[in-house]
Amino acid sequence: MFVALRDLRHARGRFTLMLVVIILITFLVTFLASLTAGLSRESTSAITGLRADHLAFAMPEPGAEPDFTASSVTADQWRTWADAAGVVSADPLGVAMTRARSATTTSSVTALGIEPDSTLLPAGATGLAPGTVLASASAASDLSVRAGDVVDIAGREFHVGAVLDTEASFAHTPVVWTTLEDWQAIGARSSSATGDATATVVALTLDGSARIADTDAVAGTATLTTTQARSAISSFSSENGSLTLMQAFLMVISALVVGAFFTVWTISRSADIAVLKALGASTGYLLRDAIGQAALVLVLGVGLGTALAAGAAALLGGAVPVVVATTTTVVPAVVLVLVGLVGAVLAIARITRVDPHAALAAH
Amino acid sequence: MDLHLDHITLVYPDGDTTLTAVDDVSLTVPAGTTTALLGPSGSGKSSLLAVAGGLTRPTTGVVRIGADVVLDPTTTLAAATRTRLEQIGIVFQAPQLLASLTALEQLELHAHLRGPRPATVEVQAMALLAEVGLADQAHKRPAQLSGGQRQRVAIARALIGSPRVLLVDEPTSALDHERGTHVVELITRLSRELGAATLIVSHDASTLGSVDGTVRMLDGQLDSATRGPVDAADLVH
Repeated sequence: MFVALRDLRHARGRFTLMLVVIILITFLVTFLASLTAGLSRESTSAITGLRADHLAFAMPEPGAEPDFTASSVTADQWRTWADAAGVVSADPLGVAMTRARSATTTSSVTALGIEPDSTLLPAGATGLAPGTVLASASAASDLSVRAGDVVDIAGREFHVGAVLDTEASFAHTPVVWTTLEDWQAIGARSSSATGDATATVVALTLDGSARIADTDAVAGTATLTTTQARSAISSFSSENGSLTLMQAFLMVISALVVGAFFTVWTISRSADIAVLKALGASTGYLLRDAIGQAALVLVLGVGLGTALAAGAAALLGGAVPVVVATTTTVVPAVVLVLVGLVGAVLAIARITRVDPHAALAAH
Repeated sequence: MDLHLDHITLVYPDGDTTLTAVDDVSLTVPAGTTTALLGPSGSGKSSLLAVAGGLTRPTTGVVRIGADVVLDPTTTLAAATRTRLEQIGIVFQAPQLLASLTALEQLELHAHLRGPRPATVEVQAMALLAEVGLADQAHKRPAQLSGGQRQRVAIARALIGSPRVLLVDEPTSALDHERGTHVVELITRLSRELGAATLIVSHDASTLGSVDGTVRMLDGQLDSATRGPVDAADLVH
C-alpha cells in the first residue's frame, strides 16, 4: 500500500468524488433494505409472530399458490391435522381484513379469529371472550381507543377487552383479535368461505415426526412454514419483490460504477505501472497495492454510507416503516463491498497486461 | 561484478517478416566503470539496453552478471523482475518519477518492493539524495522539481538498492549541454563509488567526456571498429 496510500492523498479530488458516489449508493441500498424490512414487518408480522411454525391452507386451484384471501379450511380439515401424528398443536386461525369504527374515527384492521384458549393468543394476553376484541397497540392508536371502549367491526359492536403491548400487522393493517366464533359472525370472509368454513388456515406446531405431505393429501390442504406463508399475502409478494429487485439493481450499478472508476484510474496510471514493473515491482505486489486501495475506498465509502443511512432510518423510524438491524445494515454493506471489489478486481486485472518495456519508450 | 552481454540477438516480428534489432552483440562492462553505447536512432542500442535489463527476452544469447547467467531466452517475467529488483538499476530517458511520491519516497519505494522496510532506509535515501545534491528537496514532489533535479532523483532511485548493474537510457535528451554533462559526470562518479557496471545509451557524444569507454552500434551490430567481444575497459579514453 506504499504507492496506493500516496496516490489516494495525491489524487484526493478524484477519490473523494468516487467516495461520495459510493456513499450515496450505499445510503440508497441501506435505506431501501431498512424500508423493505419495515414494510415486510408491516405486511407479515401477524403471521411470522404467531406461536406456530406451519400454516395449512385449503388446497389451491391447480396452478395457483396458497393465498390468504382464497383459503378457507373446514372443521374436518382442522380435525384431520389435530389428529395427525407429530402435531403438537393445531388451531384454526381466521384472517379477515375489514373496517373498524370507533367513536371518533374509522380505520382498516385485520381481524384474527382464534379460540380463546388457543396457543395463538398473544403472550400475556387475557380476556378474549365473545363480544370483545383485543387490540394491538397500533390498532388502538389508529382507532383512538382504550380498554373498555366500544368499536364497530363490520357492523357488529365489540368491547375492547385490552390493548396489547404487541405490534402485529397484516398487509399493512393493524391487528385485532376476536374469538373464532365472532370472526365467523363478522362475515368478512363470506365471499370466499364455503358454508362449513371454520377458519382461513390451520396454524400448526409440529415436531420432527410429522408427515406433512401425507397429512396434506388426506386433509386436502397445502402446508407452508410461517416464513413461506408470507408469500401468501399478496401485497407482500409484489412489494417485497419490487424492492428487492431495486436493491439488486443498485448492487449491480455499484459494481459497474466502481469497476468503471478503477478501469479509468488504472488506464491513467499505466505508465506508472510500467515504471514500477521496470523498477522490479512484481505483478502480485502491484495487484495487492491496487486492490488494497480499492478496498480502502470501498470500506470507507460503504461504512460512511451505512452509518448515514442507519442514522437517517433511526431518525425517521416514527414516520417511515424502517427496520435498523444487522440484516439491513451490515449485510448490505458487506455485499456492497464484495460486489464493488469484484468490479474493482476486474478493472485492476489489466495491470497484469502492462509491459514494463513501455517504461523505456515513455517520455 | 562485470556485466556480460554474450552473443545477444533480438528479433522482432515485423508484419509477415521479422526485424533483427540486435544481431549477435557481445559486450562486457567491467564493475565500477561506465560505458557509453552510441548510435543513431534505430541502431538497436535501446533494444540492447532492454535485453540487458530484462525488459525483453533475447532471441538468443545470455546476460551474465559476474559468472551468473541472469537472463536468457527462457527467463520468465517473474525471474526477470526479481533480477531487476535485486541486481539492476535503470534510469529512463524521461525521469519517470511517480507523481504522488516525494523525492525521498521515490527512493524508499525500492525498499518497499523488496519486502519489509529496513529502519535505515530513510538514512540511506537521504544520504544518496545528498550525493546528488538534493538533500534540501527531499520532501518535494516531482511537479515541484526542475527537469535536472528530477533526473538526479531518478539516478538516485536507480542506485538506492546498490545494484551491480546500472542501465541508463538517454539521460541527457531533455537537458541542455551543461546540465547533461553534469548528469553524466554524476552517473560516472556514483558508478565508480558503488562499483556498478554502468551502460549509458546516448546519441549525444558531447556530454560523455567522463565515461570510461564508448562503443557504437549501427544496424543492430557493434560497428566495425568494435565488433566482436568487446571489453569496454580496452576502450578507455
